[in-house]
Amino acid sequence: MSNGKITIYVDDVEVTTEAGKTIMEACDAVGIYIPRLCYHKDLVPAGHCRVCTVKVNGKPTNACTFPVQEGLVVENDTDELKEFRRHVIEMLFVEGNHVCPYCEKQGNCELQALAYRFGMLAPTYPYLYPKIEVDATHPDVYIDRNRCVLCGRCVRASRDLDGKSVFGFVGRGKGKRIAVNAEHSLSETQLQAADRAAEICPTGSIVVKRTGYRVPYGKRLYDKEPIGSDIEAKAKG
Amino acid sequence: MSQTQKSVIAGIVKKYNKARHRLMDIARDVQAQYGCISDESAKTIADELGIPFVEVIDMVSFYYFLSREQKGKSVIRLSDSVVDRMSGNREVAKAFEKAAGIPFGGTTADGAITLEYTSDIGMCDQAPAALVNGMVMTKLCPEDVPRIVDGLKKGKPPGEKAKDGVRPDARVDLNLIQPGEVIFSPVERGAAVRAMANLSPEEVIDTVTKSGLRGRGGAGFPTGMKWSFCRKAKGEQHYVICNADEGEPGTFKDRVVLTEVPDLLFAGMTIAGYAIGAAEGVLYLRGEYGYLLSYLEQVLARRRHLGLLGENIAGKEGFDFDIRIQMGAGAYVCGEESSLIESLEGKRGAPRDRPPYPVTKGYMNQPSAVNNVETLCCVARILEKGADWFKAIGTKDSTGTKLLSVSGDCKRPGVYEVEFGLLVDELLDLVGADDAQAVQIGGPSGSCIAPKDFGRKICFEDLPTGGSVIVFGKNRDMLEIVREFTEFFIEESCGWCAPCRVGTTLLKLMLEKVIEGRGTKADLADLENIGETIKAMSRCGLGQTAANPVLTTLKNMPEIYRARLKAEEFVPPFQIDKALADGIAIAGREPVWEEEL
Repeated sequence: MSNGKITIYVDDVEVTTEAGKTIMEACDAVGIYIPRLCYHKDLVPAGHCRVCTVKVNGKPTNACTFPVQEGLVVENDTDELKEFRRHVIEMLFVEGNHVCPYCEKQGNCELQALAYRFGMLAPTYPYLYPKIEVDATHPDVYIDRNRCVLCGRCVRASRDLDGKSVFGFVGRGKGKRIAVNAEHSLSETQLQAADRAAEICPTGSIVVKRTGYRVPYGKRLYDKEPIGSDIEAKAKG
Repeated sequence: MSQTQKSVIAGIVKKYNKARHRLMDIARDVQAQYGCISDESAKTIADELGIPFVEVIDMVSFYYFLSREQKGKSVIRLSDSVVDRMSGNREVAKAFEKAAGIPFGGTTADGAITLEYTSDIGMCDQAPAALVNGMVMTKLCPEDVPRIVDGLKKGKPPGEKAKDGVRPDARVDLNLIQPGEVIFSPVERGAAVRAMANLSPEEVIDTVTKSGLRGRGGAGFPTGMKWSFCRKAKGEQHYVICNADEGEPGTFKDRVVLTEVPDLLFAGMTIAGYAIGAAEGVLYLRGEYGYLLSYLEQVLARRRHLGLLGENIAGKEGFDFDIRIQMGAGAYVCGEESSLIESLEGKRGAPRDRPPYPVTKGYMNQPSAVNNVETLCCVARILEKGADWFKAIGTKDSTGTKLLSVSGDCKRPGVYEVEFGLLVDELLDLVGADDAQAVQIGGPSGSCIAPKDFGRKICFEDLPTGGSVIVFGKNRDMLEIVREFTEFFIEESCGWCAPCRVGTTLLKLMLEKVIEGRGTKADLADLENIGETIKAMSRCGLGQTAANPVLTTLKNMPEIYRARLKAEEFVPPFQIDKALADGIAIAGREPVWEEEL
């Protein structure tokens, strides 16, 4: 542990990193991909989606917040964890009302890309069909909570990057929703199309108006390669 | 909103020094004044505190006892735990609906009465129970209901004032059936704190460590070790937090402790403060126990008067410590220590990721020791009577006694203080349960065990428990019980993380499929898969245990599932007739199937 260097073991691979990093940061730096959804590199991690769950010394925990310590033994790409992660992704699909084939986000959607990466073609769980309202009152941005996975990226981005706190949560449990900082609708908030909060949604829940379908299906980010490929490319050098 | 209302709300915010972390108290006061926290009120609170409006509604919308909409002048919350249902609360509910002329979830047209269900209110030994404007009413029967509703319509309080002016106002039986030598032996006020004053803080921690005391909330973390970590952690302040948010269905031991021996608890908190170097302690009292608040405040005032709280406690120069009580507002998840801390800070009770642990970064980001009511009572006794005395009770790894809240199908429901190591069989004899087909140890988040396991011991080494014990007689439909427990977790999931928020609802749907006789072997495999996913992937203790009713019965009583399975390999969850029901109702005619043409 000289020079502040720390060694952890991820699926038996020795990873050298430094104190103060999280497991996810340490792995990203050496090209080991840990799947994630609510995480965003510009935001404080919040542990909502649990997709980045790894086992640390045998105990499940989320990689996005767990700080590295010398000698940690981390399981990541195991059959057990891949299965658990796929189940969580399936849950997010049946929880909302998703319309991949014509969704504006298709091909750029991180939820959809994770499903493909985990080999999920259709959910096997029963759909919950919640009744959810769409808010299209804002002149430049709409929020369609049918596709919301409650990752809270918009909440954190608006608060911490835009300094506006346009978004928050309301309710609890299965009734939890994204709320806006106004008594009625998004149009009453300070949100602007150029805000980070307007572009940071991993799914098609918050979309900037009049930008839709500019890149055709088939030519979008995850149409070319699976999610996580950019990180894994680092390992290949 | 009127200018007066604005200035009243501004006054409330000022009363709490415009402190953001007192938002819970502010919201409770505003609701007490105006019946709800309307969006306009929320806006005023936000402006006065200098925070976004959305932060106020985020917090308010999380708690069942806070409301954004106007409710009736009187709110009747009928406890709806498994034990309440076993005791006939649905008949009581029907009587309420009839007397008030509205269904549950509704408010009468004149705005007099609102009817709601609520999770377990800590009265399973005297179920069915309800909170009527915060006042506890127990052992309700349908015949009581018209009088209660009539009284409320005429503006009369539902219960009687306590006669001695000391005990809390409520119709609550104590039901302390078996006192033991640690918690419920006579208390000499001040003895434990005086014993503490003869020791250094390190010596106090050593004594607690030597006693082998482990946290009584269920997880069993060694108390001395927790305090030692907390004392060593650097911070501007250290805090003692007592978790009196017992919300596990079937638990009510803290109710009895807080009523019978509150001095013992406050002594324990004071000792904890001395040990970790804290000047402030907070008792987080569950909203359901609001009826105990003024009584507990009186006990605190008396301790201040006697020099057992305040400055230079027990003559110890420089040891200043005081306690405040924070009321909760109806959220089971706040019994989880990091959620409790969030709630104390005036936020929604969502758990935190760990590390950092509360002992290094807890309340207000300062080192905090969060301990259970019972644990802190043990501490006071240990200081008074010595670590060796305590260690001689119980088993090797579970020293001392355990309080059990026993309810369900037994002759003598109530609180029992038993020595660790007691066999389940012995407990069942004690409480008068001779036909138990299953016992829920540790509430729904614990395990459900069948008679083959009644020889097991109640202790950390074998069957750990926070103290809830529910007995199910041989005529109970166990699958229905599992479904109701699962519903409880759906209601109480905070919604922060996906596996718990979604998985619990999926469990319920699959259970219902089995209960309706449409389940197959494949569904049992799915139940187990989803259960294991929730257990492994959830963020906090609530989620990690939310599948326990399903997982422990699948393991310990698989026959209750198998008996209802279909022989087919697979039956789809989708039912076309159900899916078409809305359409049929609108069209007013049945569809014509292809084969009928």
